Amino acid sequence: MGGKATRQSFGEAVAALAETNPNIVVMDADLGKSTMTGTFQKKFPERYFEFGIAEQNMISTAAGMAMGGKVPFAASFACFLVNRFETVRMSVSYSNTNVKLVGTHAGVGIGEDGNSQMGLEDIALLRPLPNFTILQPADDLEARQAVAWSAEHKGPVYLRLTRQKLEDLHGADYKFRVGKGDVLKAAKGTADVTIFATGGVVYNALKAVEELEKEGLAVNLVNIHTLKPLDKELILSLAGSSKMILTIEDHNIVGGLGSAVSETVAEAGFPVKVRRHGVEGFGESGSPAELYEKFGFSPSKIKELIKTLVKK
Amino acid sequence: MQQVAKSMKASQAAMDLQVEEVKRLRDIAKELRIWIIRMLAEAGSGHPGGSLSAIDILTVLYFHSLRHRPLEPDWAVRDRFILSKGHGVPALYAVLAKSGYFPINDLLTLRKTGSILQGHPVAGTVPGVEASTGSLGQGLSIAQGLAMASKMDGDTYRVFCMIGDGESQEGQIWETAMSAPKFGLDNLIVFLDYNKGQIDGHTRDIMNLEPIKDKWEAFNWDVQEIDGHDIPKIISAIERTRNIKGKPHMIIAHTVKGKGVSFMEDNIDWHGKAPTKEEAERAIDELKRSSGE
Repeated sequence: MGGKATRQSFGEAVAALAETNPNIVVMDADLGKSTMTGTFQKKFPERYFEFGIAEQNMISTAAGMAMGGKVPFAASFACFLVNRFETVRMSVSYSNTNVKLVGTHAGVGIGEDGNSQMGLEDIALLRPLPNFTILQPADDLEARQAVAWSAEHKGPVYLRLTRQKLEDLHGADYKFRVGKGDVLKAAKGTADVTIFATGGVVYNALKAVEELEKEGLAVNLVNIHTLKPLDKELILSLAGSSKMILTIEDHNIVGGLGSAVSETVAEAGFPVKVRRHGVEGFGESGSPAELYEKFGFSPSKIKELIKTLVKK
Repeated sequence: MQQVAKSMKASQAAMDLQVEEVKRLRDIAKELRIWIIRMLAEAGSGHPGGSLSAIDILTVLYFHSLRHRPLEPDWAVRDRFILSKGHGVPALYAVLAKSGYFPINDLLTLRKTGSILQGHPVAGTVPGVEASTGSLGQGLSIAQGLAMASKMDGDTYRVFCMIGDGESQEGQIWETAMSAPKFGLDNLIVFLDYNKGQIDGHTRDIMNLEPIKDKWEAFNWDVQEIDGHDIPKIISAIERTRNIKGKPHMIIAHTVKGKGVSFMEDNIDWHGKAPTKEEAERAIDELKRSSGE
C-alpha cells in the first residue's frame, strides 16, 4: 500500500499554507496526534490552540476567532466534532462564520477502534445546514487542494478525512474544482451503470471498474469530492444516459451521498434506479481491510455488487 | 494649604462629574426600561424579566465603558459585546437603538415577520449585534474566541460578555470557564446576570448554582460580586478589571428579574411573557414616576 491518509495531507497542507497566510490558526481537542497537526504546532506554536476534550468550546471559540478575522481550522474525529450538532448549527452555520471544521477518522475504514470513534453520520448532519461547503477528498493531492481552497473560501467548510492511507488517484496536473464532479471513467454511449463515489472508497471503486471494463461493461465513475454544493448538472446529465446509478460511500446510507443523488434524480423525474451502497446501522471493530471486505467496500466486493446489479 | 484646597476642589469637581454621569446613565436606563416594555407589549411575546435585570449593566457598557462607534459598527478595534443570554435581546436592541445604531422606532418591529429584530440576536442583520445567540452556552465561547483574536492582534480591543444564571447550567459554560484562564484572557470581561430565575422557577430550585463565586474563583478567574443595578458599582467593577492582568474577569451581578416594574420583580411568570397593553401602561406609568434609582 502506498498513498497517504488525507488527515496527513491536511496536516502538511495547513502548515504550508500558514507560511503565507498569517491568519490561519489551528485548534485541537486532545487529538492533535491523530489529526496530524504536529508540523503546524512546531512551526506556529503561537497560532496553535489546544482545548482539551471540549469540542463545543473549541467550535464556538473558532467562530469567535473567525469573527476576529482569523481563519480557524478546528480538528477532531468527525464524530466528536460534527455530533456537537447544535453548536455547529448556531456558532458556525447560522452565524455563517469563517470556520473550517476538520473531521478525521471518517467511516468504518478506521478499523479497530470501532463504532464509537467512526464518523458515520456527519455528512447527513451537515447537509441541511445553510452556508456549509462539505468536502471529502479521495487522495493526497485532492486533499491538499481542498485544504488550500478552504483557507481561501470565506464561509463554513467541513473537510471529511480518512485515518487510513489512500492510493493516489490523480496525476500531478490534477486541478480540484469545488462543486464539480471529478469524472474518472466515462462510458461511450449509454452506461450500464454510473457510479458516484466519495472519499476513501473511490480508489477501490476504480479498481473494480477497471476489471469490469475488461469484461465489457460500460461504466461511468465519478468522484464526488464536493457533497455540498452537489454537482447536480453532472449527475443529471449522466442519469439521462445510464441504465442505473450506484452510489458508494463509507458513511451511513441515510443522508449522505446516496441520499443527495437520489433526491437530485427523483426531483428531476428521471425513471432511473438508484442503488445506495454504504453503511447500514453502526460500524464495528476489526482491521480496516477486513472491515472493508465485510462492509462491501473492497475492490472485489464492489465488483461483485456491480455485477449483481447489472444482471438484474 | 493652598494645594490641599486645590486638590479638594478638584476631587469635589470629579465627584460632581461622577454624580452627573451616574444621573445621566440612570435616566437612560429608565428610558430604556420603558422601551423594553413598549417593544414587548407591541411584539406580544418575549422576555421582560431578564431584559429588565440586564439593562443597567448594558446601559453602563454602551453609554460609559465600551469603546465603540455606532455609525461605524464594523470599526476594527471596537470593543465587542456578546449577549450570550440571547433571550435578553430587548435590552440589547434598546441600548443599540439609543446609541444610534438604528432608528429607535424600529424597536416596535421586534419579532414581527420581516423585521431585522429577530426574537433572539442575529449577527449580520442588525448593526451592532456581534453574534447570533439564543442557544445557550455558546456566546461565552464566542467571546473567548474574539478575545483570543484580539490578543493575537496586539490586544487591540476588549471583549465583554453577559451570561445568564440559568445559562450557567450548560456544560459549555464550564468548558470555557476552564479554558479562558489557560489562554490568559485578561481582555475578557464577563457579567453573570444573576437574577435568580429561569423559565421553570428559581435557579435555587431548578439547579442551584451556589456557591457560584467559589466556582469561578476555583476555575482561576478574577471574580467580583456587585449589585447589578448600582450604576457606580458597575462602572468601578469594569474599571477595576484593567488592573488585574493575566486572568479573565467574572463580575457576578446580583440582579432582580423584572427590575423596575413592581408586579414583575422576582416573579418567574415574567421570564418569558409579554405584558398586555394594559399591563404595559401600568408598568410604564410606574417607571415614569420612579426616580430610576
